[in-house]
Amino acid sequence: MHLVAYGVPLAFLAVFFLFPLGAIVERGLRGDGEGSALDVLADPLTREVLWFTVWQAVASTALTVAVALPASYVLGRFSFPGRSVVRALVVVPFVLPTVVVALAFLALLPDEVERGWAPILVANAFFNVAVVVRVVGTFWAGLDPRVGEAAATLGAGPGARFRDVTLPLLAPALAAASAIVFLFTFTSFGIVVILGGPRYATLEAEIYNQAVRAFDLRAAAVLSLVQLVCVALAVWVTMRLETRLAVAGGVRPERDVVRPPRTTGERLLLAGSLGTLAVFVGLPLAVLVERSLSVGEGYGLGAYRALGSPTSALLATPWEAIVNSLVFAAAATAIALVVGGLAAFAIVGRGGSRLLDGLLMLPLGASAVMLGFGFVIAFDRWPIDWRAEPWIVPVAQALVAIPFVVRIVAPTLRAVDERQREAAALLGAPPGRVLREIDLPIVSRALAVAAGFAFAISLGEFGATVFLARPDLPTLPVAIFRFLGRPGELNAAQAYALAVILMAVTALSMLLVERARLRRTGWV
Amino acid sequence: MSGLRVESATVRLGGRTVLDDVTLGVADAEVVTVLGPSGSGKTTLLRAIAGLQPLDAGRILLDGRDLAGVPPHRREIGLVFQDHALFDHKDVLGNVVFGLRMRGDAPARARERARELLELVGLAGYERRSVHTLSGGEQQRVALARALAPEPAVLLLDEPLGSLDRRLRDRLLEDLARLFADLRLTALYVTHDRAEAFALGDRVAVMRAGRVVQVGTPDELWARPVDEDVARFLGLANVSDGRVVRPEAVGVRRARDESRGQGVVERAERQGPTVRLLVRLDDGDVLETVTTALDHPESGERVEVEIDPEGILRLREP
Repeated sequence: MHLVAYGVPLAFLAVFFLFPLGAIVERGLRGDGEGSALDVLADPLTREVLWFTVWQAVASTALTVAVALPASYVLGRFSFPGRSVVRALVVVPFVLPTVVVALAFLALLPDEVERGWAPILVANAFFNVAVVVRVVGTFWAGLDPRVGEAAATLGAGPGARFRDVTLPLLAPALAAASAIVFLFTFTSFGIVVILGGPRYATLEAEIYNQAVRAFDLRAAAVLSLVQLVCVALAVWVTMRLETRLAVAGGVRPERDVVRPPRTTGERLLLAGSLGTLAVFVGLPLAVLVERSLSVGEGYGLGAYRALGSPTSALLATPWEAIVNSLVFAAAATAIALVVGGLAAFAIVGRGGSRLLDGLLMLPLGASAVMLGFGFVIAFDRWPIDWRAEPWIVPVAQALVAIPFVVRIVAPTLRAVDERQREAAALLGAPPGRVLREIDLPIVSRALAVAAGFAFAISLGEFGATVFLARPDLPTLPVAIFRFLGRPGELNAAQAYALAVILMAVTALSMLLVERARLRRTGWV
Repeated sequence: MSGLRVESATVRLGGRTVLDDVTLGVADAEVVTVLGPSGSGKTTLLRAIAGLQPLDAGRILLDGRDLAGVPPHRREIGLVFQDHALFDHKDVLGNVVFGLRMRGDAPARARERARELLELVGLAGYERRSVHTLSGGEQQRVALARALAPEPAVLLLDEPLGSLDRRLRDRLLEDLARLFADLRLTALYVTHDRAEAFALGDRVAVMRAGRVVQVGTPDELWARPVDEDVARFLGLANVSDGRVVRPEAVGVRRARDESRGQGVVERAERQGPTVRLLVRLDDGDVLETVTTALDHPESGERVEVEIDPEGILRLREP
């Protein structure tokens, strides 16, 4: 059992993560007639891309925090009707595919300003608001309000209380959330390639451009390595912040802390924060639906009806893309659950290693585009000429989903009281029976939640899939991207229609997750 | 020979000897309580008997059979955990029926027996309740019913009343004593509370720093504590210089005038039917005594002190 729990995830990671990574390193550093890695680094374009990547990530993070902080406060401090619904809805943008988010903002913005840095920042913020609200809001709800009350009796006004008491207490959560958002926006891909136009590219987008459009594999590999170094740095900072977050104790049960708003000021704050959130999250999605229904001057289902017919944008009908997406996502979910679930058992079990834990988190940081690119250059010759195999798509998607599965399942497993296992043994349950009677029932809910997340992530996966999906077997996000690359009103409308369908399927799978009722585990 | 026998059991954890050459027997239908301060190795002793903690030396016999190599689930030893360790994901009946299912009882028969046990511990009608909704005392009763259900040869209890408030504890203590007697249980009961140990144990084993330092009936222990530490831990007063002066052997009455008397009352506290008096003797020592009188000397009053030589106990050198 132990051997399997260790062996399967390690073998999977070795073949499908470390090997492609090695291929990228080899391609990037190999010196031959075409020049060396240093040439790519010295290119002013590289510096420009790196600079844009960093500053858009910083600015996006700041914007995200600015929008999310008031909402975190009201969700963390006040009870009001529908609070749990709002908490659940806030997560929706985070699980939406980046392609859908990008399209929503494309639909929202007037034609002449739709491509540029501003929409990238706003779309990034839209995508990541959930991270800050969940991490900071949950932490805020856990802070003992009596500390603030004590400060008040010592003569501190509201401003002084926030500055001298709340903010320092909140700092670790805020820092951890910002670090995660920075990481996500640093590797932002779908949003940048769709909203950025040709002028604005992050490292991630430039890797894609070099590999697919310019076909300069060396440049793509070198840029991947630059990205890897930056991400490793950011991950290291994030993990340190998370450790500090974990030790900042004194967390109290939420019900002791939240209370209804009392003063008019508090009610206004509540209404204002939630209203802003509703507009910020709801408007782009509403406009997306509106655009998918607009045909010519009026409204209709024309774009949806056309989905069953062949199109010049794809080698398959859009309808087939939907089916492909569902099949791939289901397969990816199965792989992610088996590998991620076993890994969670291995990490939590006796002698569980932090090494495996860290190794499993790597794909999260290595970024999807790098994975896709790595697959393309690693699995390109006999006997591992796999890049055109249909099954390679769900494998790549599973790789992206596995860190999430582990993060959801492992804490639940860890929370199983060892004495419950001992109690079961003393009542006559042999080891296998203990696993079935104690561990599995407790973990099954977490597995259901993990399955929902894995399905949603695989469904929307774009960065790796865009490299690997065969032209005759496109997925939804890839199909949307192809439609956008074509002129014409019907192509645009079909892209919007597919985005609406993708959003609906994702929302449905997340709804099922909420039904499985998760015990809140961190920010997911 | 029947019953449980621990022979020279030794457990070392992280370089420390947590259980040091412990030998202890529990006869059939006997209740032995293990009394000791926290960290004295009580819990480790129970875990070793249950098979949850391997022994570094010594052996454990059940009805004459060596349990070495027998895994916990085949030992037929029940354990009531400190803080209960109930199965959170099962309801009350699901908890109690667990051990019966494991030994292969038919579902209907197992449920029937589980209901009987819930009735026995006073929780009839609680079958479908979630364990989260129970009070501490109710959880304790479920844990007891769960451990008793598969009819273990020996029941181990690890501070089962430790987390409960005092009044509830006193009530459950009586219930437990009655249950032990009615079911003729063979039980080993661990506690740091002298009153619990004396109330429940046919015999009491006093543990200190991983060793069993004295075993005897409550009366034997009270009459002959083995050393000063044990005497103090049992709650005997006036322990010093290798001797104990029993409070009940100290007679006190108001001095007729200031020139008489050997000391001054420093404190007088009523404790239910008795009054505890602390007398500061003229030579500086403090002597504790009890009286049942309603008209007793108050603090500050000078008193004459008389000690019955029968009430002075010489202890073995420590």
